[in-house]
Amino acid sequence: MLDVARIRADFPLLAQRENGHRLVYLDNAATTQKPSAVLDAILDYYRTTNANVHRGAYDLAIRATEAYEAARAKVAAFVNAWAPEGVVFTRGTTEAINLVAGSYGRTTLGADDSVVVTGMDHHSNLVPWQILCQEKGATLRMVEITEDGRIDLSDFGHALERRPKIVAFPYVSNALGTVNPAAQLAKLAHAVGAVVVVDGAQSTPHLKVDVQALDCDFYALSGHKMLGPMGSGALVAKPELLDAMPPYHGGGEMISRVWDDHSTYNKIPHKFEAGTPNVEGAVGLAAAIAYLEGIGLDHIADHEQTLAAEAIEKLTQIEGVTVYGPRARGHRAGVVSFTYGDIHPHDIATILDQDGICIRAGHHCTQPLMRRLNVAATARASFYLYNGPDDVDALAGALVKAGALFGYVPA
Amino acid sequence: MDTSRPEPQLSALYQELILDHYRRPRNKGTLEDATHAVSLNNPLCGDEIDLQLHVDGDTIKEARFVGRGCSISQASASMMTQLLKGRTVPQAIALAERMSAMMQGDDGAARDKALGDLRALSGVSKFPVRIKCALLPWNALTDAVKAGRG
Repeated sequence: MLDVARIRADFPLLAQRENGHRLVYLDNAATTQKPSAVLDAILDYYRTTNANVHRGAYDLAIRATEAYEAARAKVAAFVNAWAPEGVVFTRGTTEAINLVAGSYGRTTLGADDSVVVTGMDHHSNLVPWQILCQEKGATLRMVEITEDGRIDLSDFGHALERRPKIVAFPYVSNALGTVNPAAQLAKLAHAVGAVVVVDGAQSTPHLKVDVQALDCDFYALSGHKMLGPMGSGALVAKPELLDAMPPYHGGGEMISRVWDDHSTYNKIPHKFEAGTPNVEGAVGLAAAIAYLEGIGLDHIADHEQTLAAEAIEKLTQIEGVTVYGPRARGHRAGVVSFTYGDIHPHDIATILDQDGICIRAGHHCTQPLMRRLNVAATARASFYLYNGPDDVDALAGALVKAGALFGYVPA
Repeated sequence: MDTSRPEPQLSALYQELILDHYRRPRNKGTLEDATHAVSLNNPLCGDEIDLQLHVDGDTIKEARFVGRGCSISQASASMMTQLLKGRTVPQAIALAERMSAMMQGDDGAARDKALGDLRALSGVSKFPVRIKCALLPWNALTDAVKAGRG
């Protein structure tokens, strides 16, 4: 286990009290809190380095550009990207996937083609493909999931028989915490000639990611889910794919030469970064990565898996609680989705909030998955490096209170 | 820094009457002779309601609903359909306005006998994020009668 007390001291917000209680923040799959190192890096950037990047002829602008490009190199090394120019900064995972669908997808897909997604994809790795397929008259194929919340590999195989052009899936499910066999899925998809898009929003913060070992083609990540600022994120891609793709947004920075009626475009990654970028976001994200590396992703993954296992054990001891998703260690990241009898998840969240416990209640932007689980919503506790066994105890204790309040008598 | 507010009473929020309407909703189902029907959902939390009314002249003869959601939204729908039966459309709109005022913390509305069982929901006003749950069926009602008059 990590030294949670020491880590918490790095996060100013965690010292705050909520509704008169110690803050127990268990909504890390939604967003994470920020360590002082990240807050200081952003403030320091504005105090000492701020200027527009890639266009200033003066030293301050050169320093800003260096900070921005150093952040790109930091992200590239963190996920073992193919090259730093294969890292396009975006507002987050959603924009990264929309970029792939809007640029690669629009030029590649025809009416006879198909795109494969899974029944556990976040809306951000589903709706862009729906829009693309509707525009092209192409087929969108959703792969089923197993009862314990894993991708159904035999259905995945069936979906590949149609030789899809694009196969998209999450590395880690935001709603269930399932860790998918991403390298295996990518290999199967490549065998039929598909390009592989991995939603890395929930994996990058929590496990050691190596995109070259996964051998995917596109990998999307969000900074705010890994201690970085909101509005930071990246698309990590094979440079030769990015090179061949048309621009996504037009504007400054992404051009080479502009005439009255047409333009030529900048080289990658700048071709995909129209307009003034979120430099503070990139700088903050780099600081977040440095912080995570200081603790070690393997230690973080191990810590979270231990907490999730403890939470599952404590929660399932409460009669009426159902936990969703796979149970085996290694198959699940630090996400625990559950329901409690007929107490609606929103009511659970309101009751827990009174004890200073923040969880998510709802469909988690995975409505097709909720339908497959045959629930309208679940309650979800998601852990990070600053959570400890005391948080698991607080969660279980407050759930018992919720049960009492609802007069929940087990059948 | 302590930004905590005083703890609103959970027991005031989850009164027995509310849990009773949640677990044994009144007027749950569909109408064969509905004159007005509206489906509303809250895309953020997924609460859903399908409200059906049978309006004869200006009088609401029957009100039924089908829905999924939290105890607050479902109890509010159940209590609302009880209250609507036999009311005129202008009376129903006036009740919706009283309900909305109660959710905004209006003490007078919270004591207004016209709201019947719904007064048990007055505690929701202390939980701002839950107000939309309590008002979902009422928004369906106003949509339904406005569409009917159009």
